[in-house]
Formats: sequence, C-alpha cells, structure tokens
Amino acid sequence: MENILKIDKIEKYYGSRSSLTKAIDNISFDVEKGEFVAIMGASGSGKTTLLNCISTIDKVTSGHIYVSDKDITKLKGNSLNKFRRESLGFIFQDFNLLDTLTAYENIALSLTIQNTDIKLLDEKIKKVAKELDIVNILNKYPYQMSGGQKQRVASARAIITEPKLVLADEPTGALDSKSSKMLLEKFNYLNKELKATILMVTHDAFTASYSSRVIFIKDGKIFNEINKGNKTRKEFFDNIIDVVTLLGGDMNDAL
Amino acid sequence: MMLCKLSLKNIKKSFKDYAIYFFTLILGVAIFYVFNSIESQTVMINVTKSTKELILLMTNILSGVSVFVSFILGFLIIYASRFLIKRRNKEFGIYLILGMSKRNISMILFLETLFIGIISLIVGLGIGIILSQFMSILVANMFEADLTKFTFILSKSAIIKTLVYFGIMYLLVMIFNTINVSKCKLIDLLHSKRKSEKIKLKNPILCTIIFIISATILGYAYYLVTGGIDKLDSADKIFIPIIMGIISTFFIFFSLSGLLLRIFMNMKKIYYKGLNSFTLRQFSSKINTTVFSMTIICLMLFITICVLSSALSIKNSMTANIENLAPVDLQFTKMISLDTDNENIIKDNKISVKETLLKNNFNVEKNLKDIIEFNIYKADGVTLASTFGGNLDKLLSQYKYLNYDKLETLVRLSDYNKIAKLYGNREYTLKGNEYLIIADFESMIEIRNEALKYNPYIKINNKNYYPKYKKCMPGFIDISSNHINDGIIIVPDDTVEASQIEYKGLIANYKTNNKEEKNKINIELNNITEKIWDDTSLTTFNSKISIAESSIGLGAMVTFIGLYLGIIFLISSAAILALKELSESSDNKERFIMLRRIGTDEKMLNKALFRQIAIFFLFPLLIAIIHSIFGMLFANYILETFGNEQLLPSIIMTGIFIVIIYGGYFLITYFCSKNIIKRAH
Repeated sequence: MENILKIDKIEKYYGSRSSLTKAIDNISFDVEKGEFVAIMGASGSGKTTLLNCISTIDKVTSGHIYVSDKDITKLKGNSLNKFRRESLGFIFQDFNLLDTLTAYENIALSLTIQNTDIKLLDEKIKKVAKELDIVNILNKYPYQMSGGQKQRVASARAIITEPKLVLADEPTGALDSKSSKMLLEKFNYLNKELKATILMVTHDAFTASYSSRVIFIKDGKIFNEINKGNKTRKEFFDNIIDVVTLLGGDMNDAL
Repeated sequence: MMLCKLSLKNIKKSFKDYAIYFFTLILGVAIFYVFNSIESQTVMINVTKSTKELILLMTNILSGVSVFVSFILGFLIIYASRFLIKRRNKEFGIYLILGMSKRNISMILFLETLFIGIISLIVGLGIGIILSQFMSILVANMFEADLTKFTFILSKSAIIKTLVYFGIMYLLVMIFNTINVSKCKLIDLLHSKRKSEKIKLKNPILCTIIFIISATILGYAYYLVTGGIDKLDSADKIFIPIIMGIISTFFIFFSLSGLLLRIFMNMKKIYYKGLNSFTLRQFSSKINTTVFSMTIICLMLFITICVLSSALSIKNSMTANIENLAPVDLQFTKMISLDTDNENIIKDNKISVKETLLKNNFNVEKNLKDIIEFNIYKADGVTLASTFGGNLDKLLSQYKYLNYDKLETLVRLSDYNKIAKLYGNREYTLKGNEYLIIADFESMIEIRNEALKYNPYIKINNKNYYPKYKKCMPGFIDISSNHINDGIIIVPDDTVEASQIEYKGLIANYKTNNKEEKNKINIELNNITEKIWDDTSLTTFNSKISIAESSIGLGAMVTFIGLYLGIIFLISSAAILALKELSESSDNKERFIMLRRIGTDEKMLNKALFRQIAIFFLFPLLIAIIHSIFGMLFANYILETFGNEQLLPSIIMTGIFIVIIYGGYFLITYFCSKNIIKRAH
C-alpha cells in the first residue's frame, strides 16, 4: 500500500532552555492510503500539537513529515497555503463554519479558493451533500443547524476537494451521542466508499472505535498502537478501553 | 501606583488598536489650534485697517464655530472611547473577578484617558503650531496682502483655548466611562463575546419596492431643489426636500444592501470566484446593522462636499466679479431728504454731488476724470406691485415674501445711457410711451419676467407707459461685488420731474494710475463723507478699493469657515467609519483564521479585506457625491449673487481634501485591520 503520511522522528519543544516542555518527544508512524487512524490521548498528551504539526498550522522543532513523499516541514508561505488547500481537508471540534455564509456557500468556498471551474461547482456540492445527507440544509445558515448538521457540512467542505488526507480534530467533541454516531458512520462511509484517508484526534474511546487503527499517545510519546483487524466494532471498543485503563488515571475521562 | 502602571501598559499594549483614536484626536487638536490661532497669524501680514476689522470679525465667527466644532469633536471622542471600551469588556471582567472594585476600574480608565489626553494634546498642539505657520501664508494669500516678514508665531490664547476645550471633552469622556463601568454586570462582561448575528436575507420584492419608492422620493427631492425650485417659495419649505432626502437615503441603504447581494448572488460567475461570496456576505451582514450610521456618514460627507466646494468657489468668484461689477473707481450717492429740519442738509439738497465735494475742499477736477452725474427718481404710486399689471394676484400668491409696496427706482434714459457707455454696457432707446427694466439679480429677474410677459403698463405721473421688452434687460448702476440690481426702470427723459429726485449720484475714475495715490484719495474721500454725513450732507461714498477689500475679506471669511467645518465633518465621518470597520475586523479575526486554516492564500485574504473595507468607505461616499451634485446645483442657485463661475477648481480642491483625509483614514483602517488579522496567525 502507498504511504500517504510518513512521520519521521518529529519533536516539538515549547518554552526556553531553562524550562523546556516536550510536547512531542520523538514520534514516528505511517498512515497508508485509505486508512482511518485515530490518535488517542489525555489532554496535554500532545495529540493536538501533533495534528497541528501535520496540518502545518504549527512547525516541528526537529524531524520530518512527508505527505505523499513530500517533506512538508520545508514548505513556507504561500506554498504552505497551497499545500493545505490542495492536499488536506480539515474538520474541527467547533466546526469552523463561516456564520455569514449558507451551508452551500461554506462548502463552495473551499472550491472557489482553489479557483475551481464554476460549472463543476454545483454538481460537486450536490454530490457530496447527498453522500453526507445534508441536501435539505444546504440553504441554511450555521445558526439554523444542529451541531451534527454543522459537522457534516464541515466534513463536506473538507472532502469536496478530494484531499490526500482528512484531518479531524475532536470531531465529536461538541456533539451529543446520537449526532456523534451518525457523523462517525458517515466517516466510515467516506473512508470505505470514497477511499478517503482520515486521521482523527480524539480522547473518546467510542469515537476511536470507528477507526481501523488507534495510536495512543502519552506525554508526547507513542504509548501503544492497536489494529482493528477483523474484530467487530464492539470488540475493538473493549480493546481500546483496556489500553485506556492501562494508560491510567488521566485517561478516565475517555469513558 | 499599580493602577497607574496598569493603565500605561494598557495604552502601550493596545497602541495599534488605538491608532485611529489617537490619529483622530491629534488631528482634531491640531485643526482646532490652527483655526483658532488665525488672529495671531495675521499680525505679520500687512493689511489695511478695514481688512483688519474683517479679520477680527472672522476670528470672532471662527471662535463661535469652534464651540460647534467642539460639540462635534466631543461626541466623536465619546463615541470612539465607548467603542474601544466595549472591546475590552473581557479584560474588565477579569479585573473584577480578580477582586478589583469598579472604582478601581474607573480609575484605570480615568488614568488612561488622562494619559491619552495629555499625549494627544502635546502632539496635536505641536503639529498644529507647525501647520499654523503655513496658515499665515494662506491667510496672506486669501486677503491678498503681502507677507511682510515671516516669523514663527505661537498663539498663547489659542493654546489655552485648545487646552480648555479639549480638557472639558476629556473630562466628559471620563464621566461617561465611569457611568458605563458602574452600570455593567460581571456576567455580561465575561460573556460579551460576539454573539452570532441572525442573518436574514431581506425579502427581495420588499427590498425592490422600498428601493423604488425611496429612489422616487429622492428623485423628487432632487427635483425640488433644482428644476422645481420655484415651488420652494418660502425659506422654511427648504426643509421638505432635506427631510425627504434624509429618509430616502436611509431606506436606500436599507434596501440596497439586500438588493445588491441578491443581484450578485445571481451572477454566479462573480459570486463564486475566490472569496467574493465571503466578501459580499461580510458586507451585507454588516450593512444590516449599520444602515443608520451609514446614513449619518453619507449625510456628513454630503455636507462636507457642499460646504467645501461652495466656500472655495465663493472666494474665487467674488474676486473675479469685481472687475465686471465695479467698472469705475468710485460712486457717490446723495440722499435728497425731504423731511428734515437741518438747514445745512436742506441747503445741500439743492446742489450736486460735485458741488458738495468742492465745498468740502476736494479738488474734483484735479483728482477725478470720466465724471458722470445722474439722478434717481421715485414716483408716488409706482411700486413693485404696480409693475405687475394684470399678473399681480398670481405673483402675489406665489411670492409672498416680496415687499410689494416698495417704490420703484426710476432713471432717465439719457442718464442711464451715459453711465452704460462709461461702463461699457449696452445703451438703449425708448419711444415716448415706453419703459424698460434693467436687472441682474437672477431670482428677481425671474419674477419680473413673469410679469413682463403680460405687457403690463405702468402709470407714472398720470401717463401710461408700456414695456419695450418682454423681459428684463441686463444692466446696473451701483458698483458692487455682486449681482444685486433687482430692477431699475428706465423711462423717457420727460417722464419724471426734478421734484421727484430721490438721490443724486456721481460716478468717476481716478485720474492717477498710481496705486498709492489712489489709496490716498480714497482715504481722503472716505474721511470727507464720514465727516459731513448727517451734518451738512447725506452723501455716501463707495469705491472699487473698498468693495475689493470687503469682498476679498468676505470671501476669505467664508472660505476659512467652510474649510474649518468641512475638515471637521470629514474627519468625523471618516473616523466613525474607521472605528466601526476596525472593531468589525477584530470580530472578523475568527473568520479569517478559519479561511487561513482551510488554506486560503495570504494574498487572497488581503484582497478580500481590502475590498471589504473599500466597499464600506466608498458606498456612503458614492451616494454622498450624487447628493452633492444636486446640493451644489441648489447652492449655486442660492449663492447666485456671489457668482458661480469658479466652481470647477473648488470641486477639484474639495476632491483633494477628500482623497487626503478620507483616503488617509481608509488606508490606516486597512493596515490596522491587516495587522489585527495577521496577529491572529
């Protein structure tokens, strides 16, 4: 299988020499094309920093990150923005939809900033809206939608450009359990049917159980890694809980 | 002490946010100083006594205007500081949570205002003092005086005045801040984050209807002040188009925002290009909430444009008019008073102006040439109303404010033709029973022409006279700086008798060509007429020299007041817009972060920001310019007596002012906003 993401011994330090905080301490892993990977850890474990580094919002102190064999730690300025809008799709905990635009326009925006042909716009949006079941809210504004709907609109915006990698930061963090479940099933659909590669950060075991692989992070290091393999989602969930228990006290909120 | 440190640090920290505030304060202080120090600036220029008096009058008016200006600036400063404080609600919330009392917070704000006030006063006065040095050159230029020597002038009185006025303004700001702080609740302070606004697209049909209605009303208001100006027959009726204009402006902004968005949304190629959809939505989401301030800003800009260009053009036209309207050097007019007991005056009534002058030891032949003596007659029953003939009732109801019982001025044809020849004006001929009316005051010409259409006869000394022309003819007798001849009836020589003489007149030129000597004779004549007035003779003296002085003075006065008000209005409107836009920018910070996260180019973001701010600055300006076109046409009509030949250069000047001040604010706003958005990176 082709490697979409290759993380090579990255480190991220905060603070000065006298009081150094290692947010990421020598992490390496790969993500293959078509994988759905979850990264778990307690707050402060470094998982969000990791995601920020991959998404080029933050810069690593050392090490390399390759997306499709391209070293993105070397990118600067507008080529960074170009990489971000062409190769990555983002889903955030707080949706990050523009409140002045309708769902349709929000989704369209990620195409228009790439100067996509306007003729293709409508067709593409209709298609992705159908897949994510948001056709009848396309003309609504964010304040008229539920959290789940907002997150599905955000997901549509993230995948419509057909990015190499979709990065999701606590996508279910602001959703109730029913909406979470619905969203995660959509993620599975995107992953299986549309072959989207998804990297998701979460501290919720239930959310993580929808992925095909879970990487656990503690104090900036990889603590453990488990594969779903042929297990059912229930069995995988139990496996995850076992590791969480092993991880100890700080992860109790994961349940 | 801690509070003091805190407030100093706050100012330093938020200097970038406060840039517009500082800029406005400094500009306000500087302009206030410059216009209040004019009196001191005139010390170094060489002017005549009467010009000095005019300058004194001007400085008095300017200081009256300053009170008005300080009100505007006061409101602006309070508005701006409230704006800035609103943005710091969270900070105050944290202070309160940390256990600071509201009094302490008021103290912090008090100190901040104090420091800001002191800094802005020092810098503003500094700039004002430098600018006022250039002002003296402008003053000299305006009064067409020579700059005798250039000295650095510091006006103590203006400095003190600036300090006092701005001190009071800052004090008011402090009081307002204290009231504001004492009223607020902790929960509101902490959760005063921008609430997501409900965006309702306005109903496009309703918008269209409102737009059409308000555009029609505006069109009618435009018509009233231009084509249909006759309908505004009394001064208070001018408020009708003004109120119509204000209301329709509001609703045009209200409907246009929704309408434009709709139109652009249907133009998919433009709407879905780059960040256009975002920019347009930003614009329309804000205009929903800022229609009111847009209206105010638009109207203020409108006033600015009209005031500036009218004021500048008055000065130019006045100077240009003198050559045409005062073709001779001097004019005497002697009143032939019929009911006086003063024997000297009765004796003087019998002799001509020339003889009166000779009697007062003025050598007429030696000093003057081109002398023409003439008489002005009044006849019983020949009133303004009597010249209207059959048209009287209609005109009476249409122009209620005219003085209909005023006796008309009558001049013999031969007298008039002599004068016209000297002036280089057209000479006329009349048959035995004809008359003609000369006039150059536009509004009066219109009324008289209305009457003349119907061929009205006038009965003078029991004989009927008929108009030779169906309209007023050009011409005048009195020298002046403006078109003020509201009608002189020229009649055949035998129409009026010597007993009906009301005034005796004399016009002449100086023999000498030397400016100094002319001035000397001018002063001598002035002194003579002043001395003998009311004592031995009722003779008045008018000369080209004094007309020029007073007209230049008047022009300069209007220009300075116009400049002062215009600039202050311009600053106020630009500052309000800039502050609004800046606070929006900090609200927009999050939106721009989002756009950046999904990978929008920095260039594209800046372009969107630039467009957004540009639209906001241009939209009210555009409508203000349309208003101004009609406003200027109206001002032209009103100010007709001042002449309006010089409009173009003053419009260009106004344009330059707007580009510099308004454009300056626009650029500062853009760069500050860019900074706010960049910092969020």
